Amino acid sequence: MKLTKGAVVEGGTSLNYKTGNWRDQRPEINQELCNQCGKCLEVCPDDAVRYNEGRYEIDYAFCKGCGICAYECKAEAIQMLPEEK
Amino acid sequence: MTVKKKTRKESLFVSGHRACHGCGMALGVRHILEATGNDVIVVSPTGCLETFSSPYGFSPWRVPWIHHVFENAPAVATGVAAALRAQGRDHTRVIAIGGDGGTFDIGFGALSGMLERGDDVLYICVDNGAYMNTGGQRSAATPTWAATTTAPAGRQSMGKAEMKKDLPEIVAAHGIPYVATASIAYLGDLKKKVKKAMSYHGPRYIQIDTPCPSVWSFASHLTLEIGRLGINCGLVPLFEKENGKITAVRKIKHKISVIDYLNKQKRYRHLFDSEGGQEEIEKVQTLADINIEKYGLLAV
Amino acid sequence: MDSVKVVEGSEAVALAVKACRPHVISAYPISPQTHIVESLARMVADGDINAEYVRVESEFSAASVVAGAAAAGSRSYTASSSQGLLLMTEVLYASAGMRLPFVMTGVNRSISAPINIQVDHQDSMSLRDAGLIQFYVESVQEAYDMHLAAFKIAEDPDIMLPVMVCMDGWVLTHSYERVQFVDQKAVDDFLPPFAPEHYLDPATPKTWGSYAESDAMMEFKYAIHKAMTEGKPRIESILDELSALTGRDNSGLIEAYRTDGAEIILVALGSVTGTVKDAVDELRDAGKNVGLLKIRCYRPFPHEEIWQAVKNASVVAVIDASFSMGSEGSIGLDLKAKLFGRPQAPMVVDFVAGLGGREINGGTIHRLVTRAEEIQRSGELLCEAEWVDLDATIVS
Repeated sequence: MKLTKGAVVEGGTSLNYKTGNWRDQRPEINQELCNQCGKCLEVCPDDAVRYNEGRYEIDYAFCKGCGICAYECKAEAIQMLPEEK
Repeated sequence: MTVKKKTRKESLFVSGHRACHGCGMALGVRHILEATGNDVIVVSPTGCLETFSSPYGFSPWRVPWIHHVFENAPAVATGVAAALRAQGRDHTRVIAIGGDGGTFDIGFGALSGMLERGDDVLYICVDNGAYMNTGGQRSAATPTWAATTTAPAGRQSMGKAEMKKDLPEIVAAHGIPYVATASIAYLGDLKKKVKKAMSYHGPRYIQIDTPCPSVWSFASHLTLEIGRLGINCGLVPLFEKENGKITAVRKIKHKISVIDYLNKQKRYRHLFDSEGGQEEIEKVQTLADINIEKYGLLAV
Repeated sequence: MDSVKVVEGSEAVALAVKACRPHVISAYPISPQTHIVESLARMVADGDINAEYVRVESEFSAASVVAGAAAAGSRSYTASSSQGLLLMTEVLYASAGMRLPFVMTGVNRSISAPINIQVDHQDSMSLRDAGLIQFYVESVQEAYDMHLAAFKIAEDPDIMLPVMVCMDGWVLTHSYERVQFVDQKAVDDFLPPFAPEHYLDPATPKTWGSYAESDAMMEFKYAIHKAMTEGKPRIESILDELSALTGRDNSGLIEAYRTDGAEIILVALGSVTGTVKDAVDELRDAGKNVGLLKIRCYRPFPHEEIWQAVKNASVVAVIDASFSMGSEGSIGLDLKAKLFGRPQAPMVVDFVAGLGGREINGGTIHRLVTRAEEIQRSGELLCEAEWVDLDATIVS
């Protein structure tokens, strides 16, 4: 594919780079314990938490497994589990 | 595939960037843009943020963004602002977001020039206290006694002996309308400050403490926690200065000793491991106490 | 209606820039550029130019301001000399790489140390690798004319590179000449508003200044070289349009002055070419077959045009006011590289002259031609530049 003039790039194209394969641990949200506060979505450095049809969900395509969501969740509804390769 | 309903605005700094796990800076930038909205042009100097957000073909920036070189983000921002004025595009605002290397050190002259000229730019320094992109070399923003790769702890050194350059005060001395310090530990407060800054015109400055799990060396899930500890021991004072007067301060409800902050980061481990370290920790405590006194950080 | 006035060289340049309707002007003062930026400041203060004039704290920032303005879609202008041009180096390379078009005047002045504020070409020649298009002018009139074309060339969609118009400090900037100015309406017809395809715009968010890996870096850099070299016909075409606009002969990447049948051809650029032309006329009158190849466009280097003009000469004598320490004069290096291997190429002697403003007058040119004739007779191999009027006895 031809290079752009001056290496100018369309914004938002990082969505084509799936950082999910960086993980060695993955967050699992226990929806029963979740109180829908939205903190996990707020604190994710990778914008990898989505609110979808009334549920907070991890976007595993991008989640790097940093664990901030699990640590900050006051309801203790998120567990970090080893990532299965 | 289910159609995703959005209860919040589409993020302007999307996934797929190459920041480290738990990067405080990446978190901060998403919230900065949430507060500014998308009618902005962002300028960044060379640094972590630039490198992890602009590999050719993979950009997370859903706003127009330009990285030119290392020293000149404030001047490029000035140029963009001048162009917008010349073109009559007066609703689009200019923001610069850069690390401490490009702001405290190599970009310092350009920053001062921009402030002195009164250019309509909000400059946000995402401060992780070293040249992290290149492995953690010392910058003027490195806190006292932190070890870095160019000012390491060794048999004859305890790391950086000098004070952290008090850039917010230097910036404020230029007589600009709005200066603030913030942290990714308190994202609501961060966004409020960005919004308030955007309500002003002229040069504005916000310095955001953005802990770096990779090089400060703490587990990646503790980014906000470390941020809170830095604030609560007094080393990271959060305040707003508007037209030369302090107008708000974030009070510390439960003051902690600097030890509780320092002992969680490998960049300070030498203070606990070496002879004479205790004395240096006390010096750091003094610096924290000076901040507490100066800014009135203790809740009554 | 075109008008004619006697003006200082700097004022002529400022009036050319004014006629091109820039949005953003930014500069840091340095002799001998100062009169240009002061003229522009006066015009802005009087409301005669509707531009944002940004007074910066260094040349690094001046170049950065115009780069940012160009990226945001505004026509922009800066100027500097000597130390200031060198300080802009990083910004100029980056701007060429990002294909940001702006115009700058390089007011030629020597480079420290020692510090000297007189003219030579070391400053702009030091930047010839950066990816800027470079022109050198002979006279105040040509300085005025070339600035009109510079914006059009920079902003051409297939070129999109910064353009530097180089003019000799003091000699041109501070001398008064009779200049014919082009009517504003005609300039407006020649140079429409800047309308880049991509610019910083929230409606279409794009990212400038990416990081390129080894798998693409060579191609990005090649793209700049290609834009310059394949841009030559476009540059020539715009210079032809300029000639039509001004009614003067501004055409050609080079000017071949009395080179037909010349055995000795002097190669030069900048204001010295005027002196050389007079000397060539005298020498021709005295029966010598000499000519001048004046280089107008230095980057992209017009090697084919030079070859066509010099191929039948015996000796090409380059007058170089710039030197690559440890090697040879700047123009000499470029020219020898491009003539090397051509069938029956002329001998090339590189004369280093005029550094730090040392005078090059008609007498000097006569002496250079005499030396060139010696070389023509002896056929000696020339591996070193010859430093003209050098007092080697005072060099330890």
